[in-house]
Amino acid sequence: MAIEHSSVDLSDAMILEPTALADWIITAPVIIPLIAGALLLMIRHETRFHAGIAIGALLLALLGHIGLLARVLETGPLTMTMGRWLPPFGISFTADVLGASMGLAATLSALVCALYSLTDIGARGRRYGFYGFLMLMMAGVNGAFITGDIFNLYVWFEVFLISSFGLLVLGSERRQLDGATKYAILNLLGTTLFLTATALLYGALGTLNMADIARVMPEVQDSIPAGTLATLFFFAFAMKAAAFPVNFWLPASYHTPRIAAAALFGGVLTKIGVYALLRTFGMLMPDQLTLLSTLIAWVAAATMIIGVMGALAQTDLRRILGFVVISGVGTMMAGLALGSVEGFSGAIFYAFHSILVMTALYLLAGVMNGLAGTYSLRTLSGLYTSHPLVAAFAFLLFLAVSGLPPASGLWPKVMLIRASIDGGAPWLAFAILLSSLLTMLALGRVFLLAVWRPAVEPSTAMVVSPGIGYAALLVLAVPIVWMGVYPEPFANVATKAAAGLTDTSAYIRSVFPEVVQ
Amino acid sequence: MDLIFTLTVAVFFTVGFYLMLSRHNIRILIGIAIFGNAVNLTIFTAGRITRLAPPIIPIDADALAAGTANPLPQALILTAIVISFSFFAFLLVLAFRTYQELGTDDTDDMRVAEPKNEGLPPLGY
Repeated sequence: MAIEHSSVDLSDAMILEPTALADWIITAPVIIPLIAGALLLMIRHETRFHAGIAIGALLLALLGHIGLLARVLETGPLTMTMGRWLPPFGISFTADVLGASMGLAATLSALVCALYSLTDIGARGRRYGFYGFLMLMMAGVNGAFITGDIFNLYVWFEVFLISSFGLLVLGSERRQLDGATKYAILNLLGTTLFLTATALLYGALGTLNMADIARVMPEVQDSIPAGTLATLFFFAFAMKAAAFPVNFWLPASYHTPRIAAAALFGGVLTKIGVYALLRTFGMLMPDQLTLLSTLIAWVAAATMIIGVMGALAQTDLRRILGFVVISGVGTMMAGLALGSVEGFSGAIFYAFHSILVMTALYLLAGVMNGLAGTYSLRTLSGLYTSHPLVAAFAFLLFLAVSGLPPASGLWPKVMLIRASIDGGAPWLAFAILLSSLLTMLALGRVFLLAVWRPAVEPSTAMVVSPGIGYAALLVLAVPIVWMGVYPEPFANVATKAAAGLTDTSAYIRSVFPEVVQ
Repeated sequence: MDLIFTLTVAVFFTVGFYLMLSRHNIRILIGIAIFGNAVNLTIFTAGRITRLAPPIIPIDADALAAGTANPLPQALILTAIVISFSFFAFLLVLAFRTYQELGTDDTDDMRVAEPKNEGLPPLGY
């Protein structure tokens, strides 16, 4: 049959030349964790191999991300279309600086969490499939960062969401079941709303390919209900990012899983919501961003302030951190609301910082709990005399998250504040400063009580050796201090990522080479 | 035809959201299932409903004839159905396990992870 119809010109429907070997690197960050995840599920009962396979796979994925980032920094966005169907019909993977750099930070955070899990996850947790879920979640996360198709983005969202459910209920404690119920229902609602918005977008534009949407949107936006679509996308992604007032699933659940899982959730998952906001509004619907910018700015300010006020009211260290995560999301959304390259680059730089620092803070909480046997500020105390190294890490990380030198939080906040003032929204700059001050108070109190306060009662807990915890924190402390002391390369990458959002021509050309712009 | 589908979708969304506003997990879950189907119908309607030829390329042609139905929404819906079905299955088990452990399906009483009246954190030492 095929020979009979050889007169068919396939070049109308398919990409005929094979994908260049170097271009396959775009699949590495997704395919490596996916294969490792499948392998780990197959050997679920051979727990001694799990950690090695997981850490090895994450190292490979990290190398893949480094290669991919180097490539897109040098030659611009890279596209590979699945099945060689011509875009927009085939599903494209399009890596640009934003996706590759955020994927790199997320994979580094996952690697450190896998390292920490050596002490945190016992044989039982491994048999339940901790590492398998971890790998599948990272496949979903990396897929979300790299895909160039909005329906495919939804699919990746669901992939990492179902894996995160697995990580969250690992152990089936009462608290975990309670937290997981709220997390699962509200997050599923958020992604289903995202699917609704995607369906309506498809109905309006007839395409799902992001480059195609970016190309078509300016021409047709006056004849379709673009503002309604944008609001629906904003609501769905704000829910995923835990923005006020749809943030209540986060403090209800993030303190319940094992600390290695909580660190990954706190570091990575909310940032995917922020990434999706930047992608849809920065690149696909810039005019609708202008339309909604006042709303987004108010939501951002409320998220920042109310998030950190929640942190001030908590006693449990992990719940304090949950609220600090929310506050950070608000700071990034402030950059989005500004709608300028400067605002976007500040938000992206803040996302790098936040991924690493929030992961490190959760791990620090885990180390403290290992030493003192509690997360509660009522009894957590005396760490300065007993474990000065913990005190040093705590000091560094608290400076980082409050935005003080010499750690990583300072420069993204400087960029955001400058962008706010230049963008004519000085009150937003004030909100960022106020939230930083309150964060400093919240975590300063943690430092005061947990570290400086003399031990209130002799600890009866079994002390867990913090060796691996120190190693994990050290791996994260290096980039955190680097960002604070020498921010130039990070700021450059963030600016390039932001420029790639506002000037879409390179992204579109990468998917549709024939388009001349 | 579009109007009938649009109204059906509206009813589905309304019922789904109404059930999700309930305090009881089981109603919320039924609401989520209906909500998922509302979205599937939305995708179907968004792909435009035609009562013309099915999207099959005849043996002597290279492309679909004009006026055939749009095959893409079916692929999208199939994906969405698989995902929402598996999530619903997971949520049912989760809700059942939660009910077993906590002895309630009233979300107001589910305060194990966030206990009431925790009191203020220590204000000094």
